[in-house]
Amino acid sequence: MRLTLHVWRQAGRDDTGSFETYQADGISESMSFLDMLDLVNEELAQEGKEPIAFDHDCREGICGSCGVMIDGVPHGPKSMTTACQVHMRSFKDGDEIWVEPWRATSFPVIRDLVVDRSPFDRIIEAGGYISVRTGSVPDANTTPISKGAVETAMDAAVCIGCGACVAACPNASAMLFTASKVAHLALLPQGQPERYDRVLKMVDVHDEEGFGNCTNHGACEVACPKGISVDYIAQLNRDLVRATLSFRPEKGTAE
Amino acid sequence: MSRTASLYHSTVGKKVLMAVTGLILFLFVIGHMLGNLKVFEGPESFNQYAEFLRTMGYPLIPRYGLIWVGRIFLLAAVGVHVYSAWQLWVRSRLARAEGYRKVKDLSFSYASRTMRWGGVLILLFVVYHILHLTTGQAHPDFVPGDVYRNFIVGFSNPLVVGFYVVAQVALGLHLYHGVWSMTQTLGASHPKYDRWRRSTSGALAIVVVVGFVIPPVAVLLGLLS
Repeated sequence: MRLTLHVWRQAGRDDTGSFETYQADGISESMSFLDMLDLVNEELAQEGKEPIAFDHDCREGICGSCGVMIDGVPHGPKSMTTACQVHMRSFKDGDEIWVEPWRATSFPVIRDLVVDRSPFDRIIEAGGYISVRTGSVPDANTTPISKGAVETAMDAAVCIGCGACVAACPNASAMLFTASKVAHLALLPQGQPERYDRVLKMVDVHDEEGFGNCTNHGACEVACPKGISVDYIAQLNRDLVRATLSFRPEKGTAE
Repeated sequence: MSRTASLYHSTVGKKVLMAVTGLILFLFVIGHMLGNLKVFEGPESFNQYAEFLRTMGYPLIPRYGLIWVGRIFLLAAVGVHVYSAWQLWVRSRLARAEGYRKVKDLSFSYASRTMRWGGVLILLFVVYHILHLTTGQAHPDFVPGDVYRNFIVGFSNPLVVGFYVVAQVALGLHLYHGVWSMTQTLGASHPKYDRWRRSTSGALAIVVVVGFVIPPVAVLLGLLS
Protein backbone atom coordinates (compact mmCIF):
# COMPACT_ATOMS: atom_id res chain seq x y z
CA MET A 1 0.00 0.00 0.00
CA ARG A 2 0.87 3.64 -0.39
CA LEU A 3 0.81 6.14 2.46
CA THR A 4 1.46 9.81 3.00
CA LEU A 5 3.47 10.50 6.14
CA HIS A 6 3.82 13.83 7.90
CA VAL A 7 6.82 13.34 10.16
CA TRP A 8 8.25 15.76 12.73
CA ARG A 9 11.88 16.50 11.82
CA GLN A 10 14.14 18.27 14.25
CA ALA A 11 17.92 18.25 13.89
CA GLY A 12 18.68 18.71 17.57
CA ARG A 13 17.51 20.02 20.93
CA ASP A 14 17.86 23.64 19.92
CA ASP A 15 16.44 23.29 16.42
CA THR A 16 12.87 24.58 15.97
CA GLY A 17 11.78 21.60 13.86
CA SER A 18 8.95 21.20 11.38
CA PHE A 19 6.85 18.59 9.61
CA GLU A 20 8.17 16.94 6.45
CA THR A 21 5.92 15.01 4.10
CA TYR A 22 7.03 11.64 2.70
CA GLN A 23 5.39 9.18 0.35
CA ALA A 24 5.78 5.62 1.57
CA ASP A 25 5.32 3.19 -1.30
CA GLY A 26 5.20 -0.59 -1.41
CA ILE A 27 4.21 -0.99 2.21
CA SER A 28 3.12 -4.50 3.12
CA GLU A 29 0.32 -4.83 5.62
CA SER A 30 2.35 -7.35 7.64
CA MET A 31 5.09 -4.80 8.30
CA SER A 32 5.15 -3.23 11.72
CA PHE A 33 4.94 0.55 11.98
CA LEU A 34 8.68 0.66 12.72
CA ASP A 35 9.46 -1.63 9.75
CA MET A 36 7.59 0.90 7.63
CA LEU A 37 9.73 3.73 9.04
CA ASP A 38 12.85 1.61 8.35
CA LEU A 39 11.78 1.33 4.71
CA VAL A 40 11.25 5.08 4.45
CA ASN A 41 14.66 5.58 6.04
CA GLU A 42 16.34 3.28 3.52
CA GLU A 43 14.96 5.42 0.72
CA LEU A 44 16.05 8.59 2.49
CA ALA A 45 19.54 7.16 2.92
CA GLN A 46 19.71 6.24 -0.77
CA GLU A 47 18.77 9.80 -1.64
CA GLY A 48 21.57 10.96 0.63
CA LYS A 49 19.14 12.47 3.15
CA GLU A 50 19.21 12.17 6.92
CA PRO A 51 17.02 9.23 8.05
CA ILE A 52 14.22 9.77 10.58
CA ALA A 53 15.50 9.17 14.11
CA PHE A 54 13.23 7.14 16.40
CA ASP A 55 13.76 5.07 19.53
CA HIS A 56 13.41 1.30 19.35
CA ASP A 57 15.00 -1.77 20.79
CA CYS A 58 13.27 -5.10 21.37
CA ARG A 59 10.50 -4.65 18.80
CA GLU A 60 8.38 -7.14 20.67
CA GLY A 61 6.48 -4.77 22.94
CA ILE A 62 8.34 -5.27 26.19
CA CYS A 63 11.25 -2.83 26.36
CA GLY A 64 9.46 0.52 26.35
CA SER A 65 11.92 2.16 23.98
CA CYS A 66 9.61 2.88 21.08
CA GLY A 67 6.70 5.22 21.17
CA VAL A 68 5.55 8.03 18.96
CA MET A 69 2.26 9.80 18.41
CA ILE A 70 0.68 8.11 15.40
CA ASP A 71 -2.23 10.15 14.11
CA GLY A 72 -2.78 11.79 17.47
CA VAL A 73 -2.69 8.59 19.54
CA PRO A 74 0.34 7.38 21.51
CA HIS A 75 1.59 4.12 19.94
CA GLY A 76 -1.06 4.36 17.25
CA PRO A 77 -4.58 3.08 16.70
CA LYS A 78 -4.35 -0.35 18.31
CA SER A 79 -5.17 -0.45 22.00
CA MET A 80 -2.76 -2.09 24.44
CA THR A 81 -0.09 -2.31 21.75
CA THR A 82 3.27 -0.58 21.42
CA ALA A 83 4.22 1.16 18.18
CA CYS A 84 6.56 -1.69 17.24
CA GLN A 85 3.68 -4.16 17.46
CA VAL A 86 1.22 -2.06 15.46
CA HIS A 87 1.09 -3.57 12.00
CA MET A 88 0.32 -1.74 8.84
CA ARG A 89 -2.89 -3.72 8.43
CA SER A 90 -4.28 -1.23 10.95
CA PHE A 91 -4.07 1.39 8.16
CA LYS A 92 -5.64 1.68 4.74
CA ASP A 93 -4.05 2.31 1.38
CA GLY A 94 -3.89 6.04 0.74
CA ASP A 95 -4.00 6.98 4.45
CA GLU A 96 -2.39 10.19 5.58
CA ILE A 97 -0.56 9.67 8.89
CA TRP A 98 0.85 12.28 11.27
CA VAL A 99 3.88 11.09 13.22
CA GLU A 100 4.99 13.24 16.15
CA PRO A 101 7.25 12.85 19.17
CA TRP A 102 5.83 12.78 22.74
CA ARG A 103 5.10 16.38 23.69
CA ALA A 104 5.93 17.40 27.23
CA THR A 105 8.16 20.14 28.55
CA SER A 106 9.83 17.47 30.72
CA PHE A 107 10.50 15.33 27.64
CA PRO A 108 12.53 17.64 25.36
CA VAL A 109 12.99 16.43 21.80
CA ILE A 110 16.55 15.24 21.23
CA ARG A 111 16.14 14.55 17.54
CA ASP A 112 13.11 13.99 15.25
CA LEU A 113 10.92 11.50 17.14
CA VAL A 114 13.36 10.82 19.97
CA VAL A 115 12.65 12.51 23.29
CA ASP A 116 14.68 12.62 26.50
CA ARG A 117 12.83 10.41 28.99
CA SER A 118 15.48 10.62 31.70
CA PRO A 119 13.00 12.30 34.11
CA PHE A 120 11.51 8.79 34.48
CA ASP A 121 14.91 7.49 35.57
CA ARG A 122 15.13 10.22 38.19
CA ILE A 123 11.66 9.37 39.52
CA ILE A 124 12.78 5.74 39.87
CA GLU A 125 16.05 6.80 41.53
CA ALA A 126 14.04 8.71 44.11
CA GLY A 127 12.40 5.57 45.48
CA GLY A 128 11.43 2.99 42.89
CA TYR A 129 13.51 0.29 44.52
CA ILE A 130 13.69 -1.82 47.66
CA SER A 131 16.67 -2.10 49.96
CA VAL A 132 17.63 -5.72 50.54
CA ARG A 133 20.67 -7.43 51.92
CA THR A 134 22.98 -8.80 49.28
CA GLY A 135 24.33 -12.27 49.48
CA SER A 136 22.90 -15.69 48.88
CA VAL A 137 19.56 -16.09 47.15
CA PRO A 138 16.76 -16.43 49.75
CA ASP A 139 14.95 -19.74 49.89
CA ALA A 140 11.79 -19.96 47.83
CA ASN A 141 8.56 -19.11 49.64
CA THR A 142 10.27 -17.58 52.67
CA THR A 143 8.04 -14.55 52.21
CA PRO A 144 4.47 -15.71 51.63
CA ILE A 145 2.47 -13.45 49.30
CA SER A 146 -1.18 -13.97 48.50
CA LYS A 147 -2.21 -14.70 44.94
CA GLY A 148 -4.36 -11.55 44.83
CA ALA A 149 -1.50 -9.30 45.95
CA VAL A 150 0.83 -10.85 43.39
CA GLU A 151 -1.65 -10.34 40.56
CA THR A 152 -2.50 -6.77 41.56
CA ALA A 153 1.17 -5.86 42.00
CA MET A 154 2.02 -7.46 38.66
CA ASP A 155 -0.74 -5.53 36.86
CA ALA A 156 1.10 -2.37 37.95
CA ALA A 157 4.60 -3.74 37.46
CA VAL A 158 3.95 -4.40 33.76
CA CYS A 159 4.75 -0.71 33.16
CA ILE A 160 7.53 -0.53 30.58
CA GLY A 161 8.18 3.19 31.13
CA CYS A 162 7.49 4.18 27.53
CA GLY A 163 5.96 7.55 28.40
CA ALA A 164 2.68 7.10 26.52
CA CYS A 165 0.79 8.17 29.67
CA VAL A 166 2.57 11.53 29.66
CA ALA A 167 2.06 11.89 25.93
CA ALA A 168 -1.68 11.23 26.17
CA CYS A 169 -2.34 13.27 29.32
CA PRO A 170 -3.90 16.67 28.61
CA ASN A 171 -1.79 17.95 31.53
CA ALA A 172 1.40 16.08 30.55
CA SER A 173 1.32 14.38 33.94
CA ALA A 174 3.40 11.31 34.69
CA MET A 175 1.11 10.13 37.47
CA LEU A 176 0.26 6.78 35.89
CA PHE A 177 3.94 5.94 35.52
CA THR A 178 4.74 7.09 39.07
CA ALA A 179 1.67 5.34 40.47
CA SER A 180 2.47 2.03 38.83
CA LYS A 181 5.98 2.14 40.27
CA VAL A 182 4.76 3.17 43.72
CA ALA A 183 1.87 0.70 43.75
CA HIS A 184 3.59 -2.50 42.72
CA LEU A 185 6.11 -2.13 45.56
CA ALA A 186 3.45 -0.99 48.04
CA LEU A 187 1.48 -4.17 47.36
CA LEU A 188 4.34 -6.54 48.13
CA PRO A 189 5.91 -7.33 51.52
CA GLN A 190 9.39 -6.43 50.25
CA GLY A 191 8.17 -2.91 49.54
CA GLN A 192 6.77 -2.20 53.02
CA PRO A 193 9.80 -0.81 54.91
CA GLU A 194 10.20 2.14 52.51
CA ARG A 195 6.55 2.36 51.44
CA TYR A 196 5.68 5.82 52.78
CA ASP A 197 9.07 7.43 52.21
CA ARG A 198 8.99 6.10 48.68
CA VAL A 199 5.69 7.71 47.73
CA LEU A 200 6.72 11.08 49.20
CA LYS A 201 10.04 11.13 47.38
CA MET A 202 8.77 9.87 44.04
CA VAL A 203 5.90 12.37 43.90
CA ASP A 204 8.34 15.08 44.93
CA VAL A 205 10.65 14.31 42.00
CA HIS A 206 7.65 13.91 39.65
CA ASP A 207 6.68 17.49 40.48
CA GLU A 208 10.25 18.82 40.38
CA GLU A 209 10.69 17.41 36.89
CA GLY A 210 7.89 19.69 35.74
CA PHE A 211 5.20 17.16 34.88
CA GLY A 212 1.63 18.41 35.12
CA ASN A 213 -0.95 17.37 37.68
CA CYS A 214 -3.35 14.50 37.23
CA THR A 215 -6.94 15.64 36.66
CA ASN A 216 -8.26 12.09 36.35
CA HIS A 217 -9.08 12.30 32.66
CA GLY A 218 -8.10 8.68 32.21
CA ALA A 219 -6.45 9.27 28.82
CA CYS A 220 -3.28 7.60 30.20
CA GLU A 221 -5.10 4.35 30.92
CA VAL A 222 -6.50 4.29 27.38
CA ALA A 223 -3.09 5.08 25.85
CA CYS A 224 -1.07 2.70 28.06
CA PRO A 225 0.20 -0.21 25.95
CA LYS A 226 0.03 -2.35 29.07
CA GLY A 227 -3.46 -1.21 30.08
CA ILE A 228 -2.48 -0.05 33.57
CA SER A 229 -5.53 1.19 35.46
CA VAL A 230 -5.85 4.69 36.94
CA ASP A 231 -7.02 2.91 40.11
CA TYR A 232 -3.31 2.72 40.95
CA ILE A 233 -3.23 6.54 40.98
CA ALA A 234 -5.91 6.42 43.68
CA GLN A 235 -3.66 4.08 45.63
CA LEU A 236 -0.70 6.45 45.24
CA ASN A 237 -2.86 9.35 46.47
CA ARG A 238 -4.03 7.33 49.47
CA ASP A 239 -0.48 6.38 50.42
CA LEU A 240 0.70 9.97 50.00
CA VAL A 241 -2.05 11.35 52.23
CA ARG A 242 -1.35 8.64 54.80
CA ALA A 243 2.37 9.32 54.68
CA THR A 244 1.67 12.98 55.35
CA LEU A 245 -1.07 12.90 57.94
CA SER A 246 -0.13 10.02 60.18
CA PHE A 247 3.04 9.61 62.17
CA ARG A 248 5.21 6.81 60.96
CA PRO A 249 8.74 6.43 62.22
CA GLU A 250 11.25 6.51 59.42
CA LYS A 251 11.92 2.92 58.49
CA GLY A 252 13.83 3.33 55.27
CA THR A 253 17.55 3.15 55.04
CA ALA A 254 17.78 6.39 53.10
CA GLU A 255 16.56 9.80 54.18
CA MET B 1 10.10 20.98 55.13
CA SER B 2 7.38 19.39 57.22
CA ARG B 3 5.36 16.69 55.57
CA THR B 4 2.15 18.70 55.63
CA ALA B 5 3.88 21.62 53.93
CA SER B 6 5.40 19.33 51.37
CA LEU B 7 1.98 17.82 50.68
CA TYR B 8 0.58 21.30 50.09
CA HIS B 9 3.40 22.11 47.68
CA SER B 10 2.89 18.92 45.70
CA THR B 11 0.39 18.65 42.88
CA VAL B 12 -1.36 15.89 44.77
CA GLY B 13 -1.72 18.12 47.84
CA LYS B 14 -3.45 20.82 45.81
CA LYS B 15 -5.76 18.18 44.43
CA VAL B 16 -6.49 17.01 47.97
CA LEU B 17 -7.50 20.59 48.79
CA MET B 18 -9.74 20.62 45.72
CA ALA B 19 -11.24 17.28 46.71
CA VAL B 20 -11.96 18.34 50.30
CA THR B 21 -13.43 21.72 49.33
CA GLY B 22 -15.29 19.99 46.51
CA LEU B 23 -16.80 17.58 49.01
CA ILE B 24 -17.92 20.48 51.23
CA LEU B 25 -19.54 22.23 48.26
CA PHE B 26 -21.11 18.98 47.06
CA LEU B 27 -22.72 18.40 50.46
CA PHE B 28 -24.00 21.99 50.43
CA VAL B 29 -25.45 21.48 46.96
CA ILE B 30 -27.32 18.35 48.15
CA GLY B 31 -28.71 20.26 51.15
CA HIS B 32 -29.69 23.22 48.96
CA MET B 33 -31.42 20.93 46.48
CA LEU B 34 -33.44 19.22 49.22
CA GLY B 35 -34.33 22.61 50.70
CA ASN B 36 -35.58 23.82 47.32
CA LEU B 37 -37.97 20.90 47.07
CA LYS B 38 -39.75 22.30 50.15
CA VAL B 39 -41.29 24.84 47.78
CA PHE B 40 -43.87 22.14 46.98
CA GLU B 41 -45.09 22.29 50.58
CA GLY B 42 -46.53 25.74 49.93
CA PRO B 43 -45.65 29.38 50.75
CA GLU B 44 -45.98 29.09 54.51
CA SER B 45 -43.75 26.05 54.92
CA PHE B 46 -41.15 27.36 52.44
CA ASN B 47 -40.91 30.80 54.06
CA GLN B 48 -40.77 29.19 57.47
CA TYR B 49 -37.85 27.06 56.33
CA ALA B 50 -36.07 30.19 55.05
CA GLU B 51 -36.71 31.90 58.37
CA PHE B 52 -35.34 28.86 60.17
CA LEU B 53 -32.09 29.13 58.19
CA ARG B 54 -31.76 32.76 59.32
CA THR B 55 -32.52 32.01 62.95
CA MET B 56 -30.77 28.69 63.49
CA GLY B 57 -29.60 28.42 67.09
CA TYR B 58 -31.54 31.52 68.22
CA PRO B 59 -31.60 32.79 70.99
CA LEU B 60 -28.24 31.26 71.88
CA ILE B 61 -26.83 32.57 68.62
CA PRO B 62 -28.01 35.92 67.19
CA ARG B 63 -30.21 36.08 64.10
CA TYR B 64 -28.22 35.52 60.90
CA GLY B 65 -25.39 34.16 63.06
CA LEU B 66 -25.06 30.61 61.83
CA ILE B 67 -26.08 31.40 58.27
CA TRP B 68 -23.18 33.86 58.04
CA VAL B 69 -20.79 31.31 59.49
CA GLY B 70 -21.99 28.95 56.78
CA ARG B 71 -21.67 31.59 54.05
CA ILE B 72 -18.11 32.49 55.02
CA PHE B 73 -17.21 28.82 55.27
CA LEU B 74 -18.61 28.12 51.80
CA LEU B 75 -16.99 31.22 50.35
CA ALA B 76 -13.63 30.09 51.72
CA ALA B 77 -14.20 26.63 50.22
CA VAL B 78 -14.99 28.19 46.83
CA GLY B 79 -11.87 30.37 47.11
CA VAL B 80 -9.56 27.46 47.88
CA HIS B 81 -11.20 25.31 45.20
CA VAL B 82 -10.84 27.96 42.48
CA TYR B 83 -7.35 29.05 43.52
CA SER B 84 -6.00 25.48 43.54
CA ALA B 85 -7.63 24.84 40.15
CA TRP B 86 -5.94 27.97 38.82
CA GLN B 87 -2.51 26.95 40.17
CA LEU B 88 -2.82 23.47 38.69
CA TRP B 89 -4.04 24.82 35.36
CA VAL B 90 -1.01 27.11 35.10
CA ARG B 91 1.22 24.15 35.92
CA SER B 92 -0.37 21.98 33.26
CA ARG B 93 0.05 24.69 30.66
CA LEU B 94 3.76 24.85 31.45
CA ALA B 95 4.05 21.06 31.41
CA ARG B 96 3.08 21.00 27.74
CA ALA B 97 4.41 24.24 26.33
CA GLU B 98 4.40 22.86 22.78
CA GLY B 99 1.29 20.98 21.72
CA TYR B 100 0.53 18.39 19.08
CA ARG B 101 -0.31 19.08 15.47
CA LYS B 102 -2.84 16.28 15.57
CA VAL B 103 -4.14 14.78 18.78
CA LYS B 104 -7.08 12.64 19.72
CA ASP B 105 -8.60 13.21 23.14
CA LEU B 106 -8.61 9.85 24.89
CA SER B 107 -10.28 11.10 28.09
CA PHE B 108 -12.93 8.92 29.67
CA SER B 109 -15.68 11.51 29.40
CA TYR B 110 -16.89 14.82 28.03
CA ALA B 111 -17.33 15.89 31.65
CA SER B 112 -13.60 15.65 32.40
CA ARG B 113 -12.73 17.85 29.43
CA THR B 114 -15.13 20.59 30.52
CA MET B 115 -14.16 20.81 34.20
CA ARG B 116 -12.34 24.14 33.92
CA TRP B 117 -14.73 26.06 31.68
CA GLY B 118 -17.73 24.34 33.24
CA GLY B 119 -16.43 25.49 36.60
CA VAL B 120 -16.19 29.08 35.35
CA LEU B 121 -19.77 28.86 34.07
CA ILE B 122 -20.96 27.56 37.45
CA LEU B 123 -19.11 30.38 39.24
CA LEU B 124 -20.75 33.02 37.02
CA PHE B 125 -24.11 31.37 37.59
CA VAL B 126 -23.65 31.44 41.37
CA VAL B 127 -22.92 35.19 41.27
CA TYR B 128 -26.06 35.78 39.19
CA HIS B 129 -28.06 33.40 41.39
CA ILE B 130 -27.15 35.32 44.55
CA LEU B 131 -28.03 38.65 42.92
CA HIS B 132 -31.26 37.07 41.72
CA LEU B 133 -32.69 35.33 44.76
CA THR B 134 -30.61 36.36 47.80
CA THR B 135 -29.92 40.07 47.42
CA GLY B 136 -32.49 40.80 44.70
CA GLN B 137 -30.58 43.19 42.40
CA ALA B 138 -31.14 40.90 39.41
CA HIS B 139 -34.77 40.22 40.37
CA PRO B 140 -37.67 42.10 38.72
CA ASP B 141 -39.78 42.41 41.89
CA PHE B 142 -37.85 41.38 45.01
CA VAL B 143 -39.59 41.33 48.40
CA PRO B 144 -37.10 40.67 51.24
CA GLY B 145 -38.29 37.78 53.39
CA ASP B 146 -41.01 36.49 51.06
CA VAL B 147 -38.86 33.74 49.62
CA TYR B 148 -41.74 31.81 48.07
CA ARG B 149 -43.03 34.83 46.13
CA ASN B 150 -39.50 35.76 44.97
CA PHE B 151 -39.06 32.21 43.78
CA ILE B 152 -42.32 32.14 41.77
CA VAL B 153 -41.80 35.60 40.24
CA GLY B 154 -38.12 34.94 39.55
CA PHE B 155 -38.77 31.74 37.64
CA SER B 156 -41.79 32.90 35.66
CA ASN B 157 -39.42 34.13 32.94
CA PRO B 158 -38.54 31.31 30.48
CA LEU B 159 -35.15 32.90 29.75
CA VAL B 160 -34.19 32.82 33.42
CA VAL B 161 -35.30 29.19 33.70
CA GLY B 162 -33.39 28.36 30.50
CA PHE B 163 -30.14 29.79 31.89
CA TYR B 164 -30.83 28.03 35.17
CA VAL B 165 -31.25 24.67 33.44
CA VAL B 166 -28.04 25.17 31.41
CA ALA B 167 -26.16 25.97 34.62
CA GLN B 168 -27.58 22.87 36.31
CA VAL B 169 -26.44 20.67 33.42
CA ALA B 170 -22.97 22.23 33.75
CA LEU B 171 -23.13 21.49 37.48
CA GLY B 172 -24.18 17.91 36.75
CA LEU B 173 -21.22 17.35 34.42
CA HIS B 174 -18.89 18.98 36.94
CA LEU B 175 -20.18 16.67 39.66
CA TYR B 176 -20.06 13.56 37.48
CA HIS B 177 -16.32 14.01 36.97
CA GLY B 178 -15.76 15.82 40.27
CA VAL B 179 -17.25 13.24 42.62
CA TRP B 180 -15.40 10.43 40.88
CA SER B 181 -12.22 12.51 40.92
CA MET B 182 -12.69 13.16 44.62
CA THR B 183 -12.69 9.43 45.40
CA GLN B 184 -9.63 9.09 43.18
CA THR B 185 -7.69 11.96 44.79
CA LEU B 186 -8.53 11.00 48.36
CA GLY B 187 -7.65 7.41 47.54
CA ALA B 188 -11.13 6.19 48.40
CA SER B 189 -10.76 3.24 46.10
CA HIS B 190 -11.21 -0.43 46.73
CA PRO B 191 -11.01 -3.31 44.28
CA LYS B 192 -14.44 -4.49 45.41
CA TYR B 193 -16.30 -1.30 44.53
CA ASP B 194 -13.99 0.41 42.02
CA ARG B 195 -16.30 -0.52 39.16
CA TRP B 196 -19.18 1.28 40.93
CA ARG B 197 -17.32 4.53 41.58
CA ARG B 198 -18.05 6.08 38.22
CA SER B 199 -21.67 5.01 37.96
CA THR B 200 -22.35 6.18 41.53
CA SER B 201 -20.99 9.66 40.82
CA GLY B 202 -23.09 9.72 37.63
CA ALA B 203 -26.22 8.77 39.57
CA LEU B 204 -25.54 11.43 42.23
CA ALA B 205 -25.03 14.05 39.51
CA ILE B 206 -28.35 13.13 37.89
CA VAL B 207 -30.18 13.28 41.24
CA VAL B 208 -28.78 16.78 41.89
CA VAL B 209 -29.63 18.10 38.42
CA VAL B 210 -33.16 16.67 38.45
CA GLY B 211 -33.77 17.88 42.01
CA PHE B 212 -32.72 21.43 41.10
CA VAL B 213 -34.51 21.59 37.76
CA ILE B 214 -37.92 20.34 38.96
CA PRO B 215 -39.05 23.42 41.00
CA PRO B 216 -38.31 26.16 38.38
CA VAL B 217 -39.81 24.05 35.60
CA ALA B 218 -42.87 23.47 37.77
CA VAL B 219 -43.22 27.28 38.09
CA LEU B 220 -42.92 27.68 34.32
CA LEU B 221 -45.54 24.97 33.70
CA GLY B 222 -47.90 26.69 36.14
CA LEU B 223 -47.83 23.84 38.66
CA LEU B 224 -46.64 26.29 41.32
CA SER B 225 -48.00 29.79 41.72
